[in-house]
Amino acid sequence: MLSDKELEAIAVKLRRHIIEMTCAAASGHPGGSLSAADIITVLYFHQLKFKPQDPSWADRDRFVMSKGHAAPVLYAALAEAGFFPVDYLKTLRRLGSSLQGHIDMLSLPGIEMSTGSLGQGLSAANGMALAGRLDKKDYRVYCLMGDGECQEGQIWEAAMTSAHYKLDSLTAIVDHNKYQIDGKVEEIKNLAPFHDKWRSFGWHVLSCDGHKIEALRDALDKAAKTKGKPTVIIADTIKGKGVSFMEQNPLDYHGKAPTADEEKKAICELCNIKEFEI
Amino acid sequence: MSERKMVATRDAYGKVLAELGKENKDIVVLDADLSASTKTVTFAKAFPDRFFDMGVAEQDMVGTAAGLAACGKIVFASTFAVFGSGRAWDQVRVSVCYTRLNVKLAVTHAGITTGEDGASHQANEDIAIMRALPNMTVVVPADGPEAEKAVRAAVGFYGPMYIRLSRPKTPVITDGLDQEFKIGKGLLMKEGKDLTIFACGMMVAMALDAADILAKEGISARVVNLHTIKPLDKELIVRCAKETGAAITAEEHSIIGGLGGAVAEVLVENVLIPMARVGLKDVFGESGLPDELLIKYGLTTENIVKAAKEVVKKKK
Repeated sequence: MLSDKELEAIAVKLRRHIIEMTCAAASGHPGGSLSAADIITVLYFHQLKFKPQDPSWADRDRFVMSKGHAAPVLYAALAEAGFFPVDYLKTLRRLGSSLQGHIDMLSLPGIEMSTGSLGQGLSAANGMALAGRLDKKDYRVYCLMGDGECQEGQIWEAAMTSAHYKLDSLTAIVDHNKYQIDGKVEEIKNLAPFHDKWRSFGWHVLSCDGHKIEALRDALDKAAKTKGKPTVIIADTIKGKGVSFMEQNPLDYHGKAPTADEEKKAICELCNIKEFEI
Repeated sequence: MSERKMVATRDAYGKVLAELGKENKDIVVLDADLSASTKTVTFAKAFPDRFFDMGVAEQDMVGTAAGLAACGKIVFASTFAVFGSGRAWDQVRVSVCYTRLNVKLAVTHAGITTGEDGASHQANEDIAIMRALPNMTVVVPADGPEAEKAVRAAVGFYGPMYIRLSRPKTPVITDGLDQEFKIGKGLLMKEGKDLTIFACGMMVAMALDAADILAKEGISARVVNLHTIKPLDKELIVRCAKETGAAITAEEHSIIGGLGGAVAEVLVENVLIPMARVGLKDVFGESGLPDELLIKYGLTTENIVKAAKEVVKKKK
Protein backbone atom coordinates (compact mmCIF):
# COMPACT_ATOMS: atom_id res chain seq x y z
CA MET A 1 0.00 0.00 0.00
CA LEU A 2 1.32 3.41 -0.93
CA SER A 3 1.74 6.11 1.68
CA ASP A 4 -0.05 9.45 1.49
CA LYS A 5 3.24 11.04 0.49
CA GLU A 6 3.69 8.60 -2.36
CA LEU A 7 0.12 9.15 -3.55
CA GLU A 8 0.63 12.91 -3.41
CA ALA A 9 3.67 12.48 -5.64
CA ILE A 10 1.58 10.49 -8.13
CA ALA A 11 -1.08 13.21 -8.13
CA VAL A 12 1.60 15.74 -9.08
CA LYS A 13 2.66 13.47 -11.93
CA LEU A 14 -0.93 13.20 -13.18
CA ARG A 15 -1.32 16.97 -13.04
CA ARG A 16 1.89 17.43 -14.98
CA HIS A 17 0.64 14.97 -17.61
CA ILE A 18 -2.65 16.85 -17.86
CA ILE A 19 -0.84 20.11 -18.54
CA GLU A 20 1.57 18.57 -21.03
CA MET A 21 -1.11 16.56 -22.85
CA THR A 22 -3.56 19.41 -23.27
CA CYS A 23 -0.79 21.80 -24.24
CA ALA A 24 0.47 19.36 -26.87
CA ALA A 25 -3.08 18.83 -28.14
CA ALA A 26 -3.77 22.58 -28.02
CA SER A 27 -7.25 21.67 -26.80
CA GLY A 28 -8.93 19.70 -24.06
CA HIS A 29 -10.26 20.26 -20.57
CA PRO A 30 -7.51 20.96 -18.03
CA GLY A 31 -9.66 22.61 -15.31
CA GLY A 32 -11.96 19.67 -14.55
CA SER A 33 -9.12 17.20 -15.01
CA LEU A 34 -6.96 18.95 -12.42
CA SER A 35 -9.82 19.14 -9.94
CA ALA A 36 -10.25 15.36 -10.20
CA ALA A 37 -6.55 14.48 -10.04
CA ASP A 38 -6.43 13.56 -6.35
CA ILE A 39 -9.66 11.57 -6.56
CA ILE A 40 -8.34 9.62 -9.56
CA THR A 41 -4.99 9.09 -7.83
CA VAL A 42 -6.57 7.57 -4.74
CA LEU A 43 -8.87 5.42 -6.88
CA TYR A 44 -6.22 4.05 -9.24
CA PHE A 45 -3.28 3.79 -6.87
CA HIS A 46 -5.02 2.84 -3.65
CA GLN A 47 -8.61 1.73 -4.01
CA LEU A 48 -9.36 -0.08 -7.28
CA LYS A 49 -8.59 -3.75 -7.94
CA PHE A 50 -7.35 -4.22 -11.49
CA LYS A 51 -4.60 -5.88 -13.54
CA PRO A 52 -3.04 -3.74 -16.27
CA GLN A 53 -1.79 -6.90 -18.01
CA ASP A 54 -5.29 -8.39 -17.97
CA PRO A 55 -7.66 -5.43 -18.44
CA SER A 56 -10.74 -7.62 -18.79
CA TRP A 57 -10.09 -9.60 -15.59
CA ALA A 58 -13.63 -10.57 -14.54
CA ASP A 59 -13.20 -9.67 -10.86
CA ARG A 60 -11.76 -6.20 -11.40
CA ASP A 61 -13.42 -3.16 -9.91
CA ARG A 62 -15.14 -1.00 -12.50
CA PHE A 63 -14.60 2.72 -12.84
CA VAL A 64 -16.88 4.87 -14.98
CA MET A 65 -15.71 8.39 -15.75
CA SER A 66 -19.09 9.97 -16.31
CA LYS A 67 -17.58 13.43 -16.77
CA GLY A 68 -16.00 12.28 -20.00
CA HIS A 69 -14.31 15.60 -20.73
CA ALA A 70 -11.93 14.89 -17.84
CA ALA A 71 -10.41 12.22 -20.09
CA PRO A 72 -6.83 13.56 -19.66
CA VAL A 73 -6.66 12.71 -15.95
CA LEU A 74 -7.95 9.19 -16.60
CA TYR A 75 -5.51 8.64 -19.47
CA ALA A 76 -2.68 9.89 -17.25
CA ALA A 77 -3.66 7.47 -14.48
CA LEU A 78 -3.99 4.51 -16.87
CA ALA A 79 -0.57 5.25 -18.33
CA GLU A 80 1.04 5.58 -14.88
CA ALA A 81 -0.71 2.39 -13.79
CA GLY A 82 0.84 0.53 -16.69
CA PHE A 83 -1.99 0.07 -19.19
CA PHE A 84 0.05 1.76 -21.92
CA PRO A 85 3.32 3.70 -22.21
CA VAL A 86 3.42 7.17 -20.69
CA ASP A 87 4.90 8.46 -23.95
CA TYR A 88 1.62 7.77 -25.70
CA LEU A 89 -0.08 10.50 -23.66
CA LYS A 90 1.21 13.15 -26.01
CA THR A 91 -1.03 11.77 -28.79
CA LEU A 92 -4.12 13.10 -26.99
CA ARG A 93 -6.79 14.25 -29.47
CA ARG A 94 -4.57 13.51 -32.48
CA LEU A 95 -6.01 11.86 -35.57
CA GLY A 96 -5.78 8.11 -35.16
CA SER A 97 -4.94 8.19 -31.45
CA SER A 98 -6.74 5.98 -28.95
CA LEU A 99 -6.77 8.98 -26.62
CA GLN A 100 -10.00 10.48 -27.89
CA GLY A 101 -11.14 13.92 -26.78
CA HIS A 102 -13.85 12.21 -24.79
CA ILE A 103 -13.51 8.65 -23.55
CA ASP A 104 -13.93 5.76 -25.97
CA MET A 105 -13.93 2.32 -24.33
CA LEU A 106 -13.30 0.50 -27.59
CA SER A 107 -10.05 2.26 -28.34
CA LEU A 108 -8.17 1.84 -25.09
CA PRO A 109 -7.68 -1.00 -22.57
CA GLY A 110 -8.78 -0.24 -19.03
CA ILE A 111 -11.74 1.93 -19.98
CA GLU A 112 -15.09 0.56 -18.85
CA MET A 113 -17.52 2.91 -20.58
CA SER A 114 -17.55 5.52 -23.31
CA THR A 115 -18.74 8.89 -22.12
CA GLY A 116 -18.77 12.49 -23.22
CA SER A 117 -22.45 13.25 -23.44
CA LEU A 118 -22.97 14.20 -19.80
CA GLY A 119 -25.25 12.37 -17.43
CA GLN A 120 -24.92 8.85 -18.79
CA GLY A 121 -22.24 7.25 -16.61
CA LEU A 122 -24.20 6.60 -13.43
CA SER A 123 -26.80 4.49 -15.29
CA ALA A 124 -24.02 2.38 -16.79
CA ALA A 125 -22.40 2.03 -13.36
CA ASN A 126 -25.74 0.78 -12.00
CA GLY A 127 -25.87 -1.80 -14.77
CA MET A 128 -22.38 -2.99 -13.85
CA ALA A 129 -23.35 -3.25 -10.18
CA LEU A 130 -26.49 -5.22 -11.09
CA ALA A 131 -24.41 -7.56 -13.27
CA GLY A 132 -22.00 -8.11 -10.40
CA ARG A 133 -24.89 -9.02 -8.14
CA LEU A 134 -26.31 -11.45 -10.74
CA ASP A 135 -22.90 -13.05 -11.19
CA LYS A 136 -22.24 -13.16 -7.43
CA LYS A 137 -19.02 -11.21 -7.85
CA ASP A 138 -17.68 -8.96 -5.15
CA TYR A 139 -16.19 -6.28 -7.37
CA ARG A 140 -17.10 -2.68 -6.64
CA VAL A 141 -18.21 -0.05 -9.11
CA TYR A 142 -17.09 3.57 -8.97
CA CYS A 143 -18.51 6.48 -10.91
CA LEU A 144 -17.09 9.99 -11.04
CA MET A 145 -19.44 12.80 -12.00
CA GLY A 146 -19.09 16.52 -12.31
CA ASP A 147 -21.26 18.88 -10.29
CA GLY A 148 -22.48 20.72 -13.39
CA GLU A 149 -23.22 17.30 -14.83
CA CYS A 150 -25.74 16.74 -12.04
CA GLN A 151 -28.02 19.18 -13.86
CA GLU A 152 -28.71 16.33 -16.29
CA GLY A 153 -32.02 14.61 -15.57
CA GLN A 154 -30.62 11.16 -16.24
CA ILE A 155 -28.35 11.44 -13.19
CA TRP A 156 -31.43 11.58 -10.99
CA GLU A 157 -33.18 8.78 -12.85
CA ALA A 158 -30.06 6.73 -12.20
CA ALA A 159 -29.81 7.92 -8.59
CA MET A 160 -33.29 6.49 -8.00
CA THR A 161 -32.24 3.21 -9.61
CA SER A 162 -29.13 2.84 -7.42
CA ALA A 163 -31.16 3.43 -4.27
CA HIS A 164 -34.13 1.33 -5.35
CA TYR A 165 -31.93 -1.67 -6.04
CA LYS A 166 -29.85 -0.98 -2.90
CA LEU A 167 -26.62 -1.01 -4.87
CA ASP A 168 -24.15 -0.91 -1.99
CA SER A 169 -21.37 -2.14 -4.28
CA LEU A 170 -21.56 1.26 -5.96
CA THR A 171 -19.68 4.37 -4.86
CA ALA A 172 -20.42 7.56 -6.73
CA ILE A 173 -18.12 10.54 -6.39
CA VAL A 174 -18.93 14.09 -7.36
CA ASP A 175 -16.01 16.31 -8.30
CA HIS A 176 -17.63 19.35 -6.72
CA ASN A 177 -15.49 22.11 -8.21
CA LYS A 178 -18.39 24.56 -8.34
CA TYR A 179 -17.87 25.73 -11.89
CA GLN A 180 -19.39 24.83 -15.24
CA ILE A 181 -18.66 26.27 -18.68
CA ASP A 182 -20.91 29.30 -18.42
CA GLY A 183 -20.10 30.25 -14.83
CA LYS A 184 -20.57 29.26 -11.23
CA VAL A 185 -22.86 26.28 -10.82
CA GLU A 186 -24.86 28.12 -8.16
CA GLU A 187 -25.50 30.96 -10.60
CA ILE A 188 -26.22 28.93 -13.73
CA LYS A 189 -28.57 26.44 -12.10
CA ASN A 190 -28.15 25.97 -8.40
CA LEU A 191 -27.83 22.40 -7.13
CA ALA A 192 -28.22 23.33 -3.47
CA PRO A 193 -29.13 21.78 -1.20
CA PHE A 194 -26.90 19.31 -3.04
CA HIS A 195 -26.14 16.92 -0.17
CA ASP A 196 -29.78 16.86 0.88
CA LYS A 197 -30.84 16.05 -2.67
CA TRP A 198 -28.74 12.89 -2.68
CA ARG A 199 -29.87 12.02 0.84
CA SER A 200 -33.51 12.39 -0.14
CA PHE A 201 -32.89 10.13 -3.13
CA GLY A 202 -31.96 7.39 -0.68
CA TRP A 203 -28.18 7.63 -0.75
CA HIS A 204 -25.60 7.48 1.99
CA VAL A 205 -23.87 10.84 1.61
CA LEU A 206 -20.29 11.62 2.60
CA SER A 207 -18.37 14.85 2.17
CA CYS A 208 -14.65 15.30 2.06
CA ASP A 209 -11.85 17.52 0.91
CA GLY A 210 -11.28 16.27 -2.62
CA HIS A 211 -7.63 17.28 -2.51
CA LYS A 212 -6.70 15.51 0.75
CA ILE A 213 -5.45 12.00 0.15
CA GLU A 214 -6.26 10.83 3.65
CA ALA A 215 -9.78 12.24 3.52
CA LEU A 216 -10.46 10.57 0.18
CA ARG A 217 -9.08 7.24 1.40
CA ASP A 218 -11.20 7.45 4.50
CA ALA A 219 -14.38 8.30 2.57
CA LEU A 220 -13.84 5.50 0.03
CA ASP A 221 -13.26 3.09 2.87
CA LYS A 222 -16.46 4.15 4.65
CA ALA A 223 -18.39 3.85 1.39
CA ALA A 224 -17.17 0.30 0.84
CA LYS A 225 -18.33 -0.67 4.32
CA THR A 226 -21.81 0.79 3.90
CA LYS A 227 -24.48 -1.86 3.43
CA GLY A 228 -27.97 -1.60 1.98
CA LYS A 229 -27.58 1.65 0.08
CA PRO A 230 -25.29 3.31 -2.43
CA THR A 231 -22.83 5.94 -1.22
CA VAL A 232 -22.03 9.23 -2.85
CA ILE A 233 -18.90 11.11 -1.85
CA ILE A 234 -19.25 14.79 -2.54
CA ALA A 235 -15.65 15.81 -2.87
CA ASP A 236 -14.99 19.51 -2.41
CA THR A 237 -12.52 20.47 -5.08
CA ILE A 238 -11.01 23.48 -6.82
CA LYS A 239 -11.22 23.75 -10.58
CA GLY A 240 -7.70 23.94 -12.00
CA LYS A 241 -6.22 22.77 -8.65
CA GLY A 242 -2.46 22.99 -8.49
CA VAL A 243 -2.01 25.67 -11.14
CA SER A 244 -2.49 29.14 -9.68
CA PHE A 245 -3.58 30.96 -12.82
CA MET A 246 -6.14 28.27 -13.58
CA GLU A 247 -7.47 28.26 -10.03
CA GLN A 248 -7.86 32.03 -10.28
CA ASN A 249 -9.60 31.92 -13.66
CA PRO A 250 -11.40 28.57 -13.72
CA LEU A 251 -13.81 29.65 -16.42
CA ASP A 252 -10.96 30.33 -18.82
CA TYR A 253 -9.58 26.83 -18.41
CA HIS A 254 -12.66 24.63 -18.57
CA GLY A 255 -12.15 23.73 -22.17
CA LYS A 256 -9.03 25.64 -23.12
CA ALA A 257 -5.52 24.23 -23.19
CA PRO A 258 -2.52 26.04 -21.73
CA THR A 259 -0.15 27.73 -24.14
CA ALA A 260 3.54 26.74 -24.19
CA ASP A 261 4.40 29.59 -21.79
CA GLU A 262 1.55 28.67 -19.51
CA GLU A 263 2.63 25.05 -19.64
CA LYS A 264 6.07 26.01 -18.38
CA LYS A 265 4.66 28.18 -15.63
CA ALA A 266 2.22 25.45 -14.58
CA ILE A 267 4.91 22.77 -14.43
CA CYS A 268 7.20 25.01 -12.41
CA GLU A 269 4.39 25.47 -9.90
CA LEU A 270 3.46 21.81 -9.79
CA CYS A 271 7.03 20.60 -9.40
CA ASN A 272 7.99 23.45 -7.14
CA ILE A 273 10.88 24.57 -9.32
CA LYS A 274 11.90 27.95 -10.66
CA GLU A 275 12.92 27.21 -14.22
CA PHE A 276 13.53 24.27 -16.50
CA GLU A 277 14.27 23.42 -20.11
CA ILE A 278 11.89 21.18 -22.04
CA MET B 1 -57.40 -13.77 -50.22
CA SER B 2 -57.43 -16.67 -47.85
CA GLU B 3 -58.10 -16.23 -44.13
CA ARG B 4 -54.87 -15.72 -42.26
CA LYS B 5 -53.95 -16.40 -38.67
CA MET B 6 -53.55 -13.15 -36.72
CA VAL B 7 -50.70 -12.64 -34.22
CA ALA B 8 -49.25 -9.48 -32.69
CA THR B 9 -45.48 -9.34 -33.07
CA ARG B 10 -45.22 -8.12 -29.47
CA ASP B 11 -46.96 -11.29 -28.29
CA ALA B 12 -44.52 -13.39 -30.28
CA TYR B 13 -41.68 -11.44 -28.65
CA GLY B 14 -42.95 -12.02 -25.13
CA LYS B 15 -43.36 -15.73 -25.75
CA VAL B 16 -39.97 -16.35 -27.34
CA LEU B 17 -38.17 -14.16 -24.81
CA ALA B 18 -39.42 -16.35 -21.96
CA GLU B 19 -38.30 -19.47 -23.86
CA LEU B 20 -34.89 -17.97 -24.49
CA GLY B 21 -34.58 -17.05 -20.82
CA LYS B 22 -34.66 -20.74 -20.02
CA GLU B 23 -32.02 -21.56 -22.63
CA ASN B 24 -29.60 -18.73 -21.93
CA LYS B 25 -28.79 -17.53 -18.42
CA ASP B 26 -26.99 -14.45 -19.71
CA ILE B 27 -30.21 -12.87 -20.95
CA VAL B 28 -31.35 -9.95 -18.80
CA VAL B 29 -34.49 -7.95 -19.53
CA LEU B 30 -35.26 -4.35 -18.68
CA ASP B 31 -38.52 -2.51 -19.12
CA ALA B 32 -39.68 1.02 -18.42
CA ASP B 33 -43.03 0.51 -16.71
CA LEU B 34 -44.69 -1.06 -19.74
CA SER B 35 -44.01 -4.75 -19.21
CA ALA B 36 -47.67 -5.75 -19.57
CA SER B 37 -47.85 -3.96 -22.93
CA THR B 38 -44.44 -4.90 -24.28
CA LYS B 39 -45.03 -8.49 -23.08
CA THR B 40 -41.75 -8.72 -21.16
CA VAL B 41 -44.00 -9.56 -18.20
CA THR B 42 -43.85 -13.24 -19.15
CA PHE B 43 -40.07 -13.23 -18.79
CA ALA B 44 -40.37 -11.15 -15.61
CA LYS B 45 -42.60 -13.76 -13.99
CA ALA B 46 -40.44 -16.68 -15.07
CA PHE B 47 -37.09 -15.08 -14.23
CA PRO B 48 -37.66 -12.33 -11.64
CA ASP B 49 -33.94 -12.17 -10.79
CA ARG B 50 -33.04 -11.28 -14.36
CA PHE B 51 -35.76 -8.73 -14.91
CA PHE B 52 -35.46 -5.11 -13.83
CA ASP B 53 -38.28 -2.63 -14.09
CA MET B 54 -36.59 0.72 -14.48
CA GLY B 55 -39.75 2.73 -13.97
CA VAL B 56 -40.66 5.62 -16.23
CA ALA B 57 -37.04 6.37 -17.10
CA GLU B 58 -36.08 5.28 -20.60
CA GLN B 59 -32.75 7.09 -20.69
CA ASP B 60 -31.68 5.38 -17.47
CA MET B 61 -32.97 2.07 -18.80
CA VAL B 62 -30.78 2.27 -21.89
CA GLY B 63 -27.74 3.35 -19.85
CA THR B 64 -28.28 0.54 -17.36
CA ALA B 65 -28.60 -1.89 -20.26
CA ALA B 66 -25.21 -0.70 -21.48
CA GLY B 67 -23.64 -1.32 -18.06
CA LEU B 68 -25.08 -4.83 -17.86
CA ALA B 69 -23.93 -5.56 -21.40
CA ALA B 70 -20.44 -4.27 -20.57
CA CYS B 71 -20.32 -7.09 -18.00
CA GLY B 72 -21.26 -9.76 -20.55
CA LYS B 73 -25.04 -9.81 -20.33
CA ILE B 74 -27.30 -10.05 -23.38
CA VAL B 75 -29.72 -7.29 -22.57
CA PHE B 76 -33.19 -6.83 -23.99
CA ALA B 77 -34.57 -3.39 -23.17
CA SER B 78 -38.22 -2.81 -23.98
CA THR B 79 -40.59 0.09 -24.05
CA PHE B 80 -42.76 1.72 -26.71
CA ALA B 81 -40.91 2.45 -29.95
CA VAL B 82 -41.39 6.18 -29.63
CA PHE B 83 -39.66 6.26 -26.23
CA GLY B 84 -36.96 3.69 -26.89
CA SER B 85 -35.85 5.39 -30.07
CA GLY B 86 -36.66 9.04 -29.42
CA ARG B 87 -36.60 9.70 -25.69
CA ALA B 88 -33.38 7.75 -25.24
CA TRP B 89 -31.75 8.46 -28.60
CA ASP B 90 -28.56 9.99 -27.22
CA GLN B 91 -28.20 7.17 -24.70
CA VAL B 92 -28.63 4.67 -27.53
CA ARG B 93 -26.06 6.63 -29.52
CA VAL B 94 -23.31 7.04 -26.92
CA SER B 95 -23.85 4.30 -24.32
CA VAL B 96 -24.91 1.55 -26.74
CA CYS B 97 -23.86 2.22 -30.34
CA TYR B 98 -20.56 4.02 -29.79
CA THR B 99 -19.59 1.29 -27.33
CA ARG B 100 -20.96 -1.44 -29.62
CA LEU B 101 -22.47 -3.19 -26.62
CA ASN B 102 -24.78 -6.17 -26.78
CA VAL B 103 -28.06 -4.36 -26.16
CA LYS B 104 -31.23 -5.32 -27.98
CA LEU B 105 -33.75 -2.54 -28.01
CA ALA B 106 -36.93 -4.54 -28.59
CA VAL B 107 -39.66 -1.96 -28.84
CA THR B 108 -43.39 -2.33 -29.33
CA HIS B 109 -46.25 -0.08 -30.40
CA ALA B 110 -44.34 1.10 -33.45
CA GLY B 111 -46.08 3.00 -36.19
CA ILE B 112 -49.52 4.46 -36.54
CA THR B 113 -51.31 1.25 -35.56
CA THR B 114 -50.56 2.13 -31.95
CA GLY B 115 -53.95 3.69 -32.58
CA GLU B 116 -56.06 5.34 -29.92
CA ASP B 117 -53.13 6.71 -27.89
CA GLY B 118 -52.56 9.25 -30.65
CA ALA B 119 -49.62 11.02 -32.22
CA SER B 120 -47.40 11.28 -29.13
CA HIS B 121 -47.31 7.48 -28.93
CA GLN B 122 -47.02 6.64 -32.63
CA ALA B 123 -43.40 6.14 -33.67
CA ASN B 124 -43.29 6.98 -37.36
CA GLU B 125 -39.72 8.23 -37.46
CA ASP B 126 -37.90 5.58 -35.44
CA ILE B 127 -36.46 3.56 -38.32
CA ALA B 128 -34.90 6.74 -39.71
CA ILE B 129 -33.26 7.83 -36.47
CA MET B 130 -32.11 4.36 -35.50
CA ARG B 131 -30.62 3.38 -38.84
CA ALA B 132 -28.58 6.60 -38.91
CA LEU B 133 -26.58 5.33 -35.93
CA PRO B 134 -23.27 3.57 -36.66
CA ASN B 135 -23.09 -0.02 -35.33
CA MET B 136 -26.88 -0.29 -35.10
CA THR B 137 -28.78 -3.13 -36.76
CA VAL B 138 -32.45 -2.47 -37.49
CA VAL B 139 -34.96 -5.30 -37.87
CA VAL B 140 -38.68 -4.98 -38.57
CA PRO B 141 -40.32 -8.42 -38.48
CA ALA B 142 -43.19 -8.97 -40.92
CA ASP B 143 -45.31 -11.10 -38.59
CA GLY B 144 -45.37 -13.14 -35.40
CA PRO B 145 -43.30 -16.11 -36.57
CA GLU B 146 -40.71 -13.81 -38.09
CA ALA B 147 -40.58 -11.80 -34.84
CA GLU B 148 -39.75 -15.02 -33.00
CA LYS B 149 -36.99 -15.82 -35.47
CA ALA B 150 -35.63 -12.28 -35.27
CA VAL B 151 -35.47 -12.35 -31.47
CA ARG B 152 -33.77 -15.77 -31.53
CA ALA B 153 -31.32 -14.49 -34.12
CA ALA B 154 -30.67 -11.41 -31.97
CA VAL B 155 -29.42 -13.58 -29.10
CA GLY B 156 -26.85 -15.19 -31.36
CA PHE B 157 -25.80 -11.90 -32.89
CA TYR B 158 -23.36 -9.65 -31.03
CA GLY B 159 -24.04 -5.93 -31.04
CA PRO B 160 -26.70 -3.26 -30.76
CA MET B 161 -29.99 -4.08 -32.40
CA TYR B 162 -33.31 -2.31 -32.77
CA ILE B 163 -36.23 -4.71 -33.14
CA ARG B 164 -39.43 -2.96 -34.14
CA LEU B 165 -42.68 -4.62 -33.05
CA SER B 166 -46.35 -3.78 -33.34
CA ARG B 167 -49.28 -3.51 -31.01
CA PRO B 168 -52.20 -5.01 -33.02
CA LYS B 169 -52.59 -8.53 -34.27
CA THR B 170 -51.39 -8.71 -37.85
CA PRO B 171 -51.65 -11.44 -40.51
CA VAL B 172 -49.23 -14.37 -40.33
CA ILE B 173 -47.58 -14.73 -43.73
CA THR B 174 -44.17 -16.30 -43.16
CA ASP B 175 -45.40 -19.60 -41.69
CA GLY B 176 -44.24 -22.49 -43.83
CA LEU B 177 -41.82 -20.27 -45.73
CA ASP B 178 -38.93 -22.45 -46.85
CA GLN B 179 -36.40 -19.60 -46.72
CA GLU B 180 -34.19 -19.19 -43.70
CA PHE B 181 -34.39 -15.98 -41.66
CA LYS B 182 -31.01 -14.31 -41.74
CA ILE B 183 -30.27 -10.85 -40.39
CA GLY B 184 -29.42 -8.65 -43.36
CA LYS B 185 -30.96 -10.92 -46.00
CA GLY B 186 -34.27 -9.99 -47.58
CA LEU B 187 -36.85 -12.62 -48.42
CA LEU B 188 -38.42 -13.10 -51.82
CA MET B 189 -42.08 -13.63 -50.91
CA LYS B 190 -43.55 -13.70 -54.39
CA GLU B 191 -42.06 -13.77 -57.87
CA GLY B 192 -42.97 -11.08 -60.39
CA LYS B 193 -41.48 -9.30 -63.39
CA ASP B 194 -43.12 -5.89 -63.85
CA LEU B 195 -42.10 -4.25 -60.60
CA THR B 196 -40.86 -5.06 -57.09
CA ILE B 197 -42.69 -4.13 -53.95
CA PHE B 198 -40.19 -3.84 -51.10
CA ALA B 199 -42.01 -3.95 -47.79
CA CYS B 200 -41.36 -4.41 -44.09
CA GLY B 201 -43.40 -5.15 -41.01
CA MET B 202 -47.15 -5.53 -41.33
CA MET B 203 -47.02 -3.93 -44.80
CA VAL B 204 -45.57 -7.16 -46.26
CA ALA B 205 -48.98 -8.80 -45.93
CA MET B 206 -50.58 -5.86 -47.72
CA ALA B 207 -47.93 -6.03 -50.42
CA LEU B 208 -48.83 -9.68 -51.04
CA ASP B 209 -52.51 -8.78 -51.27
CA ALA B 210 -51.67 -5.91 -53.60
CA ALA B 211 -49.70 -8.30 -55.82
CA ASP B 212 -52.78 -10.55 -56.07
CA ILE B 213 -54.96 -7.60 -57.14
CA LEU B 214 -52.33 -6.38 -59.61
CA ALA B 215 -52.07 -9.87 -61.11
CA LYS B 216 -55.76 -9.76 -61.99
CA GLU B 217 -55.07 -6.54 -63.87
CA GLY B 218 -52.17 -8.04 -65.75
CA ILE B 219 -49.34 -6.58 -63.68
CA SER B 220 -46.86 -9.06 -62.28
CA ALA B 221 -45.54 -7.72 -58.97
CA ARG B 222 -42.62 -9.23 -57.11
CA VAL B 223 -42.80 -8.93 -53.33
CA VAL B 224 -39.68 -8.70 -51.18
CA ASN B 225 -39.75 -8.71 -47.39
CA LEU B 226 -36.91 -6.46 -46.26
CA HIS B 227 -37.11 -7.33 -42.57
CA THR B 228 -33.63 -5.94 -42.01
CA ILE B 229 -33.44 -2.26 -42.83
CA LYS B 230 -29.83 -2.13 -41.71
CA PRO B 231 -27.65 -3.68 -42.93
CA LEU B 232 -29.78 -3.52 -46.05
CA ASP B 233 -29.72 -6.36 -48.58
CA LYS B 234 -28.34 -4.19 -51.38
CA GLU B 235 -27.56 -7.09 -53.63
CA LEU B 236 -31.17 -8.27 -53.63
CA ILE B 237 -32.51 -4.75 -54.14
CA VAL B 238 -30.24 -4.12 -57.13
CA ARG B 239 -31.03 -7.51 -58.65
CA CYS B 240 -34.78 -6.98 -58.30
CA ALA B 241 -34.49 -3.45 -59.70
CA LYS B 242 -32.63 -4.74 -62.74
CA GLU B 243 -35.00 -7.65 -63.29
CA THR B 244 -38.29 -5.79 -62.78
CA GLY B 245 -37.41 -2.21 -63.76
CA ALA B 246 -39.66 -0.44 -61.24
CA ALA B 247 -40.01 -0.40 -57.48
CA ILE B 248 -42.19 0.76 -54.66
CA THR B 249 -41.62 0.60 -50.94
CA ALA B 250 -44.32 0.06 -48.33
CA GLU B 251 -43.80 0.73 -44.64
CA GLU B 252 -45.76 1.76 -41.59
CA HIS B 253 -43.38 4.68 -41.07
CA SER B 254 -42.66 8.09 -42.52
CA ILE B 255 -41.54 8.09 -46.14
CA ILE B 256 -38.58 10.11 -44.88
CA GLY B 257 -35.55 8.09 -43.87
CA GLY B 258 -37.12 4.69 -43.30
CA LEU B 259 -37.37 1.73 -45.66
CA GLY B 260 -38.31 4.03 -48.56
CA GLY B 261 -35.36 6.28 -47.92
CA ALA B 262 -32.98 3.34 -47.52
CA VAL B 263 -34.11 1.64 -50.73
CA ALA B 264 -34.02 4.95 -52.63
CA GLU B 265 -30.41 5.46 -51.54
CA VAL B 266 -29.45 2.09 -52.99
CA LEU B 267 -31.37 2.58 -56.22
CA VAL B 268 -30.14 6.07 -56.96
CA GLU B 269 -26.53 4.93 -56.65
CA ASN B 270 -26.98 1.73 -58.64
CA VAL B 271 -30.02 1.42 -60.91
CA LEU B 272 -32.14 4.36 -61.92
CA ILE B 273 -35.68 3.10 -62.20
CA PRO B 274 -39.12 4.57 -61.48
CA MET B 275 -39.81 4.37 -57.77
CA ALA B 276 -42.52 5.41 -55.32
CA ARG B 277 -42.82 5.26 -51.54
CA VAL B 278 -45.92 4.25 -49.62
CA GLY B 279 -45.80 5.45 -46.04
CA LEU B 280 -46.73 8.38 -43.83
CA LYS B 281 -46.34 11.61 -45.77
CA ASP B 282 -44.36 13.67 -43.25
CA VAL B 283 -47.27 14.12 -40.87
CA PHE B 284 -48.15 13.26 -37.29
CA GLY B 285 -50.94 10.77 -36.76
CA GLU B 286 -53.92 11.09 -34.44
CA SER B 287 -56.19 8.98 -32.26
CA GLY B 288 -58.32 6.36 -33.92
CA LEU B 289 -58.62 2.65 -34.50
CA PRO B 290 -55.58 1.13 -36.20
CA ASP B 291 -57.55 0.19 -39.32
CA GLU B 292 -59.13 3.64 -39.56
CA LEU B 293 -55.73 5.26 -39.28
CA LEU B 294 -54.20 3.02 -41.93
CA ILE B 295 -56.92 4.14 -44.35
CA LYS B 296 -56.77 7.82 -43.44
CA TYR B 297 -52.98 7.98 -43.71
CA GLY B 298 -52.67 6.02 -46.92
CA LEU B 299 -51.26 2.73 -45.69
CA THR B 300 -53.51 0.20 -47.37
CA THR B 301 -53.40 -2.49 -50.02
CA GLU B 302 -55.19 -0.06 -52.34
CA ASN B 303 -52.51 2.58 -51.81
CA ILE B 304 -49.87 0.02 -52.76
CA VAL B 305 -51.83 -1.02 -55.86
CA LYS B 306 -52.20 2.61 -56.94
CA ALA B 307 -48.51 3.38 -56.43
CA ALA B 308 -47.55 0.20 -58.27
CA LYS B 309 -49.62 1.11 -61.33
CA GLU B 310 -48.10 4.59 -61.40
CA VAL B 311 -44.50 3.39 -61.36
CA VAL B 312 -45.19 0.71 -63.97
CA LYS B 313 -46.65 3.45 -66.20
CA LYS B 314 -43.42 5.43 -65.86
CA LYS B 315 -41.30 2.55 -67.12
CA LYS B 316 -39.77 3.22 -70.52
